Amino acid sequence: MKNNFSPEHNYINTKKITGYVEKKEATRETYSDLGFKCGHEIHQQLKTKKKLFCRCPAGIYHDPDDFNAEILRHMRPTLSELGEYDGTALMEFKTKKNITYRINNQTACTYDIDDTPPFPLNREALDIAIEVALLLKTNVVGELHITRKQYLDGSIPTGFQRTAIVGIEGEIPLKNKKVRIIQLSIEEESCREVSDIGHERIYTTDRLGIPLIETVTYPDLLTPDEAAEAAHYIRFLTRSTGKVQTGIGAAREDVNVSIDGGTRVEIKGVAHIARIPLLTHNEAFRQKALLEIKKTLNERFPNPAKWKMTHKPVSPNHIIEIPTFIDKKKANRYHWVAVNLPGFKGILSFFTQPGKSFANELSDRLKVIACIEKPNMIHSEPWYMNKKGNTPANLRQEEGFNQALNGHGVDFAAVRKLFKSGDNDAQLILWGPEDDIATAIETIEERCKWAFEGVPNETRKSIADGTTIFERVLPGPNRMYPDTDSPPIPIEEDHIQGIRKILPREVSDCMKQMKKWQIPGDTFCYLLKRNLFPLVEKIVEDFNQSPKFIGSLIGHHLKYIEGQITPSSPFTYDRIYHLVDFIIKKKLKRDILKQMLPVVYQYPNMDFESVLTTIEYKPKSEEDILDSIPVLKEKFSDISNSENESAMIRWVMGQLRPPALGNMRLSELHTKVAAGNGGNDE
Amino acid sequence: MSDMFKGYKGKALEILKKFKVRVWSEAKIETTRGEFEGIILPRSENDDAKHLVLKLDTGYNIGIAIDSIIEMKEYGYKEAKYKIPEKEFPTSPEKPNIKLFGTGGTIASRLDYRTGAVIPAFSPGELYGAVPELADICNLSTEKLFAVFSENMGPEQYTTLAKAIGKEIEKGIDGIVIGHGTDTMHHTAAALSYMVQNSPVPIVMVGSQRSSDRPSSDAALNLIHSTTAASQADIAEVLVCMFGPTSDEYALLHRGTRVRKMHSSYRSAFRTIGDIPLAMVKRDKITPLREDYNHRRKDKKVDIYPYFEERVTMVYYYPNMNPDIIDAVVEKGYKGIIIAGTGLGHVNKPLYPALERARRAGVAVYMTVQTLWGFVHMNVYETGRDMMSKGVIPAENMLPEVAYIKLGWALGQTGDLDKVKEIMLTPIGGDITEGEPYNGYLVYQGGIPEVEDFIKKFHK
Ligand SMILES: [Zn+2]
Repeated sequence: MKNNFSPEHNYINTKKITGYVEKKEATRETYSDLGFKCGHEIHQQLKTKKKLFCRCPAGIYHDPDDFNAEILRHMRPTLSELGEYDGTALMEFKTKKNITYRINNQTACTYDIDDTPPFPLNREALDIAIEVALLLKTNVVGELHITRKQYLDGSIPTGFQRTAIVGIEGEIPLKNKKVRIIQLSIEEESCREVSDIGHERIYTTDRLGIPLIETVTYPDLLTPDEAAEAAHYIRFLTRSTGKVQTGIGAAREDVNVSIDGGTRVEIKGVAHIARIPLLTHNEAFRQKALLEIKKTLNERFPNPAKWKMTHKPVSPNHIIEIPTFIDKKKANRYHWVAVNLPGFKGILSFFTQPGKSFANELSDRLKVIACIEKPNMIHSEPWYMNKKGNTPANLRQEEGFNQALNGHGVDFAAVRKLFKSGDNDAQLILWGPEDDIATAIETIEERCKWAFEGVPNETRKSIADGTTIFERVLPGPNRMYPDTDSPPIPIEEDHIQGIRKILPREVSDCMKQMKKWQIPGDTFCYLLKRNLFPLVEKIVEDFNQSPKFIGSLIGHHLKYIEGQITPSSPFTYDRIYHLVDFIIKKKLKRDILKQMLPVVYQYPNMDFESVLTTIEYKPKSEEDILDSIPVLKEKFSDISNSENESAMIRWVMGQLRPPALGNMRLSELHTKVAAGNGGNDE
Repeated sequence: MSDMFKGYKGKALEILKKFKVRVWSEAKIETTRGEFEGIILPRSENDDAKHLVLKLDTGYNIGIAIDSIIEMKEYGYKEAKYKIPEKEFPTSPEKPNIKLFGTGGTIASRLDYRTGAVIPAFSPGELYGAVPELADICNLSTEKLFAVFSENMGPEQYTTLAKAIGKEIEKGIDGIVIGHGTDTMHHTAAALSYMVQNSPVPIVMVGSQRSSDRPSSDAALNLIHSTTAASQADIAEVLVCMFGPTSDEYALLHRGTRVRKMHSSYRSAFRTIGDIPLAMVKRDKITPLREDYNHRRKDKKVDIYPYFEERVTMVYYYPNMNPDIIDAVVEKGYKGIIIAGTGLGHVNKPLYPALERARRAGVAVYMTVQTLWGFVHMNVYETGRDMMSKGVIPAENMLPEVAYIKLGWALGQTGDLDKVKEIMLTPIGGDITEGEPYNGYLVYQGGIPEVEDFIKKFHK
């Protein structure tokens, strides 16, 4: 075993032990076997004029380099209301970050940078939140208590987010089940991160303070696809108010995943619902892998308390050569430490996620907790291939760490000798600025000890490839305490009733109605996401149009156009209502809508008459159109040798479609062309 | 009993009693808006009697309207015990000994449910738990002299504090830090500048503009800066140590007689007026900005003058001020008046007879400027000369609040107005300067290109 150990084989083998299957091969059973459970925390920005606790405008963004001033702060943990320090709090304090806020005078005031107490809460925002709370069928609180939720990452300059519960215990209907809602809260947005390198983190404050609602579900979602369905439903529901921000970053999800024997792990900041299935799938198997690691380690160490890692400073020129990917100048300033991990052979290269192994868990934490940029370690079980035997390109590029695994010039035999390591031990070498080394060693030890217990509580950041990386320790309720700057706000019964009166139609109702109308199912997502059901309904009712046609006009045709064309000025969907109104008043046939729509979309300010000119529409009577059929048929015979009847009809229709559009129903014309064939004797 | 229903009154109290549900109990509450479950929290006494406060499992608090409650049931009990992690403060003979006096300001703290207020942590052990960096700076001992809000600091506290400082210095302390609420810190700083003279060590006043119950608080860094200043500074004067910029960068050491709180909430609210500060303080370094200060000495000698006459007032002049304001003060037996006049030190003519009456009644009247920057110049206009003839004495460039404190202190020592005048016009601790340096007045105006450039380049 000693000489034959291959990290690559170990990676592949442990992937098998973990039972990993590709997402597309996984069935409902795959997840019930794992004990997959998922819940959501869905954030949605509200469309208000001003921010939640100050009077700065909401929703204006600047380039991160467009700022007027910078302010430097540090975050220090404080006691929670119940008198305890929070786990995350202490970890984040360890990281000792210099936090710089970039301020643009247009979007930030002294409140935003915590130099002024809060102004009274924005009532416009509160009313929208109550509306959503009612749609979620939650119990609305009698009094809003503004609470401080501690965030020591600096994403909010106060060090806490002002947040308040609006309603608890609700539900939403999915296709096959009901999903319970834990709560709906209203809160202030955080800053946008500009960069985070070493001990320096930069934020911009334009987004800070925008009103946000957060919908939290119970972990009732039992497959990744169900998780996506619920996320869609909640997105539709908040959009149905017409009072929420849309666009990139206006809605973000934190997805909580656990499996049997695992722990709740939060995947933060998922911007696209479409990514949820793969992310949750991979997280479930990461937890499974960590449980397998736990099993292996507990077999090797029946008494985990006795496990002890050792470390020694090493001189890079004696034990190892400085890996070529490290800047030589920096390398000379770094401190280098070798670590021996007893009994960890086969663990460092143990599969955790596609393209990642347990060693990544260590390296990720070195970056986040000890602030040592990657690459920050090399280890004795380098593997760098996917199942096809190639090094995945994303690994080579994204993670210098994996390049490190090539182990340039690293003689781990020398390291083993240094520790008098046993055959079953694994080793690693880490490096970084002197001040960070103690934390780095602690971090490695802490994570390795966790390996004996299973899955650590943490929040993870999603990566485009469907995997995740460590972000921070999962915070608990200990980070909550009352906001002494804000009095409670009563929510009176009359006020709730007033909002209840203006509630939009329920999303599940809209879905039912659309099905009844036979609107194609593949348009639902588009229509609901953009809150277009009311528009479809209005057109159908006001103009007595076929819902199927209108649904498809918008859900298929307009959707396609949106993907192809950029409008010259902002396009609003109610233009379509006026467009339909226009063609009805003009007694045009509805087929022309499809011709007009691209122009209407591209030039939102063009009047509809000009749109008609643009598409070269000319009024023509049905008789005139029909009269030309015989001539065209003759012409077809002249130019074509084909005797094929349907080819002839196609050709004639092709000739007649442009003049007929708007003047005659095309289906009718088609019937006439087909029927008239050989019907000169009519 | 009252503890069982902490903070609740009226209908809220009734309903808690009716369903036998105590504060800190875990309860299920059925309401017309649905069911709620959590820990019943105490209620702030200033909030209404129509709601209960509940802490949910998620850590959030909510309020429940009393009117909506149908049924309540207590099923558990979980009282919160606040504890600031207390560790023994490590001491060593190499480090300077620093005394921290508490007056009621907060440094480390916890929350009080009843009022929603912040309760300070104060013992060295508590402070070490909250700000471990302190152990690298000094051997810290603490003494809580009183616990009053900043606005309640007055002559009694000034004299107590002065005497306590005197005792510590005689015992050989290496530096003194005074924790103080920020609102009236500059009043107390002025009082100590007069009451404690020729100190051999720094006497550093400090507070926080953001309470220490928040992660972004300036309290910890202020404490670090002030203990650093008390331990290492060569400046043996009464100082105020607060943020220079609003960024966590450095503090400024201001003279107790020239400092003023200039913003209601900024971290960098304290500014030296009409002069420049004495020094900049970083975690590990003190950079003097000038050299004309009293240097640290090895002896244990100090002069304590714990005097104060309380019948002194300050009148902020405005156009149309009625003379009966001055008359009323005189009739009530006040012995001294500081006027904050307009411009170079003016009040309107109708006030003159009242000033004349004040002079005849033996009241000491001094003129300062409400512009804060600049000197009183009563010779420039005839009106000023008129006023001087009515006994109004120009107080040079003493800040109004400082002149108020000084007059109280002077009248506390003597009733002889000539002696009072001599005390008032003799500069102490820089309260009156010979002139105003060109950089003593810098209120930069935002929007101007070069100012914007500056703001962008340096942390605000
Ligand atoms: Zn603002």
